[in-house]
Amino acid sequence: MDIASNTTSPPPVDDAKPAAPVDKAAARGATRPGDKIFLGFSRGSGIALLAIMAAIAVFLTYRTALALADNTGNFLTTFEWDPAGASTGGKPYFGIAVLVFGTVVSSLIALVIAVPVAIGIALFISHYAPRKLATPIAYVIDLLAAVPSIVYGLWGALVVAPNLTGLYSWLDDYFGWTGIFEYNGGAPRSLMTVGILLAIMILPIITNVSREVFLQVPKMHEEAALALGATRWEVIRMSVLPFGRSGIISASMLGLGRALGETIAVATVLSPSFLINASVLDYGGGTFAQNIASKFNEASEYGQDALIASGLILFIITLLVNGAARLIIARRKEYSGANA
Amino acid sequence: MAKRIDVSGLTAYYGSHKAIDDISMTVEPRSVTAFIGPSGCGKSTFLRTLNRMHEVTPGGRVEGKVLLDDEDLYGSGVDPVAVRRTIGMVFQRPNPFPTMSIFDNVAAGLRLNGSYKKSELNDVVEKSLKGANLWNEVKDRLNKPGSGLSGGQQQRLCIARAIAVEPQVLLMDEPCSALDPISTLAIEDLIGELKERFTIVIVTHNMQQAARVSDRTAFFNLSAVGQPGKLIEIDDTERIFSNPSVQATEDYISGRFG
Repeated sequence: MDIASNTTSPPPVDDAKPAAPVDKAAARGATRPGDKIFLGFSRGSGIALLAIMAAIAVFLTYRTALALADNTGNFLTTFEWDPAGASTGGKPYFGIAVLVFGTVVSSLIALVIAVPVAIGIALFISHYAPRKLATPIAYVIDLLAAVPSIVYGLWGALVVAPNLTGLYSWLDDYFGWTGIFEYNGGAPRSLMTVGILLAIMILPIITNVSREVFLQVPKMHEEAALALGATRWEVIRMSVLPFGRSGIISASMLGLGRALGETIAVATVLSPSFLINASVLDYGGGTFAQNIASKFNEASEYGQDALIASGLILFIITLLVNGAARLIIARRKEYSGANA
Repeated sequence: MAKRIDVSGLTAYYGSHKAIDDISMTVEPRSVTAFIGPSGCGKSTFLRTLNRMHEVTPGGRVEGKVLLDDEDLYGSGVDPVAVRRTIGMVFQRPNPFPTMSIFDNVAAGLRLNGSYKKSELNDVVEKSLKGANLWNEVKDRLNKPGSGLSGGQQQRLCIARAIAVEPQVLLMDEPCSALDPISTLAIEDLIGELKERFTIVIVTHNMQQAARVSDRTAFFNLSAVGQPGKLIEIDDTERIFSNPSVQATEDYISGRFG
């Protein structure tokens, strides 16, 4: 939107030579072919962006309306996904409660694991490691981002999940009383496993964005802390982390966005069911993207409408997450490093 | 409270580049010593060797001795962090912590040194802000961010932050060069008051300022670009500005330099 509105306003006219007609025309940016082409291209790109967004919104809303019109379950609270009505004699009966739970819980697990580790790596690269070590580590992190998600999914299903039984039994022994970490010894293809895998997948983006922000901390803020007799960790606590706070939040939200929408790796690892399980260690549950991916091919047209309706909810959740992140950043603005 | 600084044979490097060469001088307690000299002559580098800030620059390395009373700051087993807690520093550009309130900025050094009761902190913050002639301007907004103050106020906030931990020595690296004349005057008056309690070393490009605030003045120079900076002479300020013993000093002060 910004691109479009910026390019429509003419560039400032050169006041020094108002009498020269050639210069004036050139400054208006309409006569030279290069300017014309670029103006048309950038204006077109801006309009195309709006048109695509509108098309997606119309598509999602229309198909969602079709799906909801015939749904006999409560779309938000029903623990069932049966758009064909197999168990209700042909009446569609479906809801997203399990998907909301599974998506949010697995993504939060991923964030809780990934954010501290990512900040640690970012600080190590930007403030602790000698340059000889920092460059290769940063490169490896970038490589992590380049691994296709199906590879993560296969690795998660074949290597990670089978090796998690020990950890889960231990969690059950010591924290099983909370109910959250109860483990009944099945295949560990649970929301927790998904969360761990998602954590690895979102690690690179959180690390890279945080590292960029940490590297931008002005030298003078770090020296202020050093000159007061701060140790390296105290410099990081007093200068680097406060300055990078909004950057860390943005990075986390980018990671969360990826975790919420991750499809194929989740579909490969998770053993789904349409039940909400209080324990994150036991298999079962589902996420929006995983549910769509595993059901879309075999769904009837109405079944597809139902899946698209769930997709719209995922879209709205992602929007809300981004909005919340912006709010948090804006509220801290007065204290942000941008004022310095 | 204030201690004597005794520097002997101090040489500082950036990587393989020698920035200052074989500097020796004595700074008396409770006095103001000004460093003057052309850009690149190493006066800021030398200042930063006095609280071991030089070595935080990549490749920064120091040879020689800096005695604070009788303790060698570069002796083995001396923790640079501990050195910086006894020798405070004020920088060229005001650098209050942007995410902290005025109160927290002043209390930052104390909080590093240990835990204090809220009432103790209140007392020290008030005393330090009064000591920096800032109390009356900020007492009603101690919880507002320090970055909302004017440049001159920010610099006095930084001075309050530095003196809150009662250092032995206060180093100032061109503290007024980013400030307007009125704020500069406020800082200069403050330096006059602070020297009752602290040993002060100030780097300045402003020779009138050196003449106004300092008791002793050191003139640094370099023979050519890329050559290490050297201490040409150090003497009573009055003598440096009226009858220096080295011709180069007189040339620099009278503007016949270069």
